[in-house]
Amino acid sequence: MKGFILSFRSEFYKSRKTLGFWASVMLPLFIGVLLFVGFYTKSEKLVSMPPMMLWLQFAGAILGIMGSLVLPMYIIFIAYSVNSIEHRADTWKTLFNLPIPRWSVYAAKFFYAVFLVFLCLALFVLFTIGFGNLLSIVKPELRFDDFHMEKELAQIYFKLFLSSLGILSIQFLLSLFWADFLKPMGIGFVCTIAGVVAASKGWEYSYLFPYAHPMAAITTMLKNNHGDPSNRLQIDVFTKDVFVSMAIALVVFIAGYFIVQRKSVK
Amino acid sequence: MVIKTEGLSFTFGKQQVVKSLALQVPEGSIYGFLGPNGAGKTTTIKLLLNLLKPDAGNIHIFEQDIKTNRISILSQIGSLIEQPALYQHLTGRENLLNRALLLQVPAQRVEDMLDLVQLTAAANKKAGQYSLGMKQRLGIALALLADPKLLILDEPTNGLDPNGIIEIRELLKKLVAQHGKTVFISSHLLAEIERMATHVGIINNGAMLFQGSVADLQAISKPLVRVDAENTVDAANLLTRNHINVTEVTDEHLLVPYISKQQMGEINALLNKNGQTVYSISKQQKDLEKLFLDITKTPKP
Repeated sequence: MKGFILSFRSEFYKSRKTLGFWASVMLPLFIGVLLFVGFYTKSEKLVSMPPMMLWLQFAGAILGIMGSLVLPMYIIFIAYSVNSIEHRADTWKTLFNLPIPRWSVYAAKFFYAVFLVFLCLALFVLFTIGFGNLLSIVKPELRFDDFHMEKELAQIYFKLFLSSLGILSIQFLLSLFWADFLKPMGIGFVCTIAGVVAASKGWEYSYLFPYAHPMAAITTMLKNNHGDPSNRLQIDVFTKDVFVSMAIALVVFIAGYFIVQRKSVK
Repeated sequence: MVIKTEGLSFTFGKQQVVKSLALQVPEGSIYGFLGPNGAGKTTTIKLLLNLLKPDAGNIHIFEQDIKTNRISILSQIGSLIEQPALYQHLTGRENLLNRALLLQVPAQRVEDMLDLVQLTAAANKKAGQYSLGMKQRLGIALALLADPKLLILDEPTNGLDPNGIIEIRELLKKLVAQHGKTVFISSHLLAEIERMATHVGIINNGAMLFQGSVADLQAISKPLVRVDAENTVDAANLLTRNHINVTEVTDEHLLVPYISKQQMGEINALLNKNGQTVYSISKQQKDLEKLFLDITKTPKP
């Protein structure tokens, strides 16, 4: 456990000056600012909206692209960036001859990638809420302060986080093996497109395909409320696609551990 | 023995790169591991560090089996394999601090190491901007950071200028003499090893050709008679006709195995009598460089 903590801290130390780390902060900030500016300049068209619709518009603008494009591409990038630090510096050999168990080194790297995804999605929640409330201060006619959906937003993003673990584990393994960006990127990109098509066309087995999970997470997030307006925003976090994603992550993570154990460092 | 291997073998695909190697590295020695490029030196080092798994054979380091005592053995080894592995986007000091974090070494040790390899002034420069020599020195500082008992260095003077080479040599000698370390150093240059090693292992095509102390190596080098003559080719032909074995002929000199002083006199007389002008005739020890070449040129069985 000590080896794991040391390795995890070292992952942070190494990456804190890289784009891989800062992308996790800048991406939600950038999209948040963009939406803030958009809503600020177009506020006259939005004044008539009820507060709940405002929030759904505001949060939905991000979530719409999140599942289909932003999250999968971001995951592909993060999985690449935590591994490419070692590929570029040719440091796999030094990592694996540290007096630290190999599983600690491997697990710390994997969980650091998971942590970055979690951080990024948590900041999306924070910035969505923050910029929404900021809008109600600088444009009081936008009634963002009359409705609260912090809990629902947190639930949606947590669902997205869980649904992204399957892709992350696969991309992590691909990036561990291949030093160049194009192979994991190419495979990830093709699979993401296939996933989006599968999920949006409602293919019945799309819940088994990890690259369709973020998209599926968005489409399956609302509980079937049968027209009951009081429950309109009930979030269903643990749908079957989320379970599949978590199961794939677990299996690939353990398989990767055995592969790394046997891996010879050339 | 600090390092002891038995029957160590390793195969890349179909090619056997290490053949039943039996290394014996005594404590407190500087063991020069010599061989031409591609002889299997780096592969052997990776086997010693458990980065590669041997197909057959045992590795004992500090009298412990690497298979069952990996962590405790690795915690006492500092290594530098091929080019130093540095995070280019971090400064020299940050590279050391990162390793210090992983090895749980106090930060003061980082400053001491920077001082030791004379990188204090460049400590805040990104490692990517370092010259080759500076990178190599930082690599050595990283290897020494945890104050290991055994240093395993793979061609540590590659790309260094003569001053840098001398500095590293003096540093390694000091570490062995004053701090009781053992150094295992690979090289393809005998001249470099000759100046510091106490023990030598010569490897080619994955097989050990010689192992022993430097004195043992010198003992097997046979003396020669060197003749500088006006026309070395004619002189060589003359000697051969008189049943004297000539081992080498150049424009400048020829070489004949040394047997005795009398034999030297006879050669001189023979050449003079037949009108060959001899500039000088002397006995010389075959130098180690040549010996090394002879040993490693042995054809594959």
